[in-house]
Amino acid sequence: MIWNEHYECMPRESLKKLQDERLKKTVERVYYNVEFYRRKMQALGLEPGDINGIDDIHKLPFTTKDDLRDNYPFGLFATPLENVTRLHASSGTTGKPTIVGYTRHDIEIFSEVVARSLSAAGIGKNDILQNAYGYGLFTGGLGIHYGAEKLGVTVVPISAGNTKKQVQFLQDFGTTAMSLTPSYALYLAETLEEMDIDPKSLNLKVGIFGAEPWTENMRKEIEKRLDIKAIDIYGLSEIIGPGVSIECMEQNGLHIFEDHFFPETINPKTLEPTAKGEEGELVFTTLTKEALPLIRYRTRDLTTLNYEACACGRTTVRMKKCTGRSDDMLIIRGVNVFPSQVESVLLELGETSPHYMLIVDRINNLDTLEVLVEVDEKIFSDEIRHLETLTKKISYTLESTLNISVKVKLVEPQTIARSEGKAKRVIDNRKFKEEQ
Amino acid sequence: MIIKQLTVFLENKSGRLSEVTRVLGENGINISALSIADTSEYGLLRLIVSDGAKATELLKKNGFSVNLTDVICLNVKHEPGTLHDAIKTLSDAGIDIEYMYAYAVGDNAAVIMKVSDAKEAIYILTQNNIDLLKSHEIK
Repeated sequence: MIWNEHYECMPRESLKKLQDERLKKTVERVYYNVEFYRRKMQALGLEPGDINGIDDIHKLPFTTKDDLRDNYPFGLFATPLENVTRLHASSGTTGKPTIVGYTRHDIEIFSEVVARSLSAAGIGKNDILQNAYGYGLFTGGLGIHYGAEKLGVTVVPISAGNTKKQVQFLQDFGTTAMSLTPSYALYLAETLEEMDIDPKSLNLKVGIFGAEPWTENMRKEIEKRLDIKAIDIYGLSEIIGPGVSIECMEQNGLHIFEDHFFPETINPKTLEPTAKGEEGELVFTTLTKEALPLIRYRTRDLTTLNYEACACGRTTVRMKKCTGRSDDMLIIRGVNVFPSQVESVLLELGETSPHYMLIVDRINNLDTLEVLVEVDEKIFSDEIRHLETLTKKISYTLESTLNISVKVKLVEPQTIARSEGKAKRVIDNRKFKEEQ
Repeated sequence: MIIKQLTVFLENKSGRLSEVTRVLGENGINISALSIADTSEYGLLRLIVSDGAKATELLKKNGFSVNLTDVICLNVKHEPGTLHDAIKTLSDAGIDIEYMYAYAVGDNAAVIMKVSDAKEAIYILTQNNIDLLKSHEIK
């Protein structure tokens, strides 16, 4: 289902014209209302008149999360607070949180893109959506909520956690759709298994997943264990929240709502645009936002943009499912390691539960990587040699995938913390990060 | 003659074993025999208890990985050479012993064994007049 055919299926030439116009307005807006951008543009010798459309976007400066932090809390707002109707804060990994603001019109846009997203996932007014994203400062909860209401879905604002009640409502309400983090979905699946509830006995048909990176294998696992279609939603609070892009039923890339958010991919080292079809760091310029318009915001998410037409009829560009964040990457003994690689290996081996934890340490100046894996019923044996064989098999496979030595440690079931929000997969005990 | 042995996965950290004994003790489950096989990272606690099914359920509920394994228990005279006779009998019949543990009380000794083929082992040992205990006889 396509919620807004006019914009989602717009011929690309018309879309470009629309983007040209909207970019010009946004540049004017930030130049005259945000000192940070005015100074940055002046330093580059730029005036709003120099930007005549998307083709000039490369002239504009980048914005980073640090810029938002440095201008905490409202320094990048392009409107007086009296026009701001809502504030959200994103969980900063270090230091101060990132504050984002919305005017009434921004909330309208947010609701619009979420309504489009839910529609693309096959959700409509006859559906009951259990929204298990956290309500509060996190954009996920309220963002999905407003969009669902706009669409006319029956929305259950249950928020994250409270798993027993989630299950009860799934059964009693006949909930057909859920929005949640992939790790919480696996936790929910586990709870259903423990309670001896067959997912086939539920009405649940689709889940919208986002807020943390997840692999194709994890998708398969979720689809199998919950008996649903798992749709990837992408977003970040700086740009608006969830609903920047969404997969359609083709599940072949996420459609970016380009009439509101203009995407580029750059080489994160040289900051030069990547060649067509080449992976790069995703960069967004908001085209319609009033309170917090951002110019060339560096997301740190790595993806590839695909401009080919999609079978679903949308003309918008698709981004490949993000494989990792450039700042989520661990460098262990000089080797790049993504936690998602470990997850893939574990799921591919298929012998252990998908709950794992990476512990990175530095012992005698040597980085070490330890992977904790839970011993569940499937793999447990009364014979040590079987457990040792399994441990060796996992470390061998991990080593050949990651190209570093890995120590695998078996731990008791349920001892790796289950997250009801973003899963914490890495404990890095090395000190050098703080010293820098 | 087949005896159900519980195996419990224990991480090497303090309090884990006492958690198992607490759960069993509080629920009136008696431990007849036990052994611990340890590695640098974890231990495997092997137990023969008065009610294996109930104990398994209780331990699982308390978050442990548990499995039930078929073992046999030999009853030999507490004298030199008796254990050798039993082991040789198995060895001659091509039956492998995966692991074993034993205790002696008074005139007899009980030897618990996990073997490659429990049924075959029971047959061979019985043929050779080696006494085997049933689960309720292990005390």
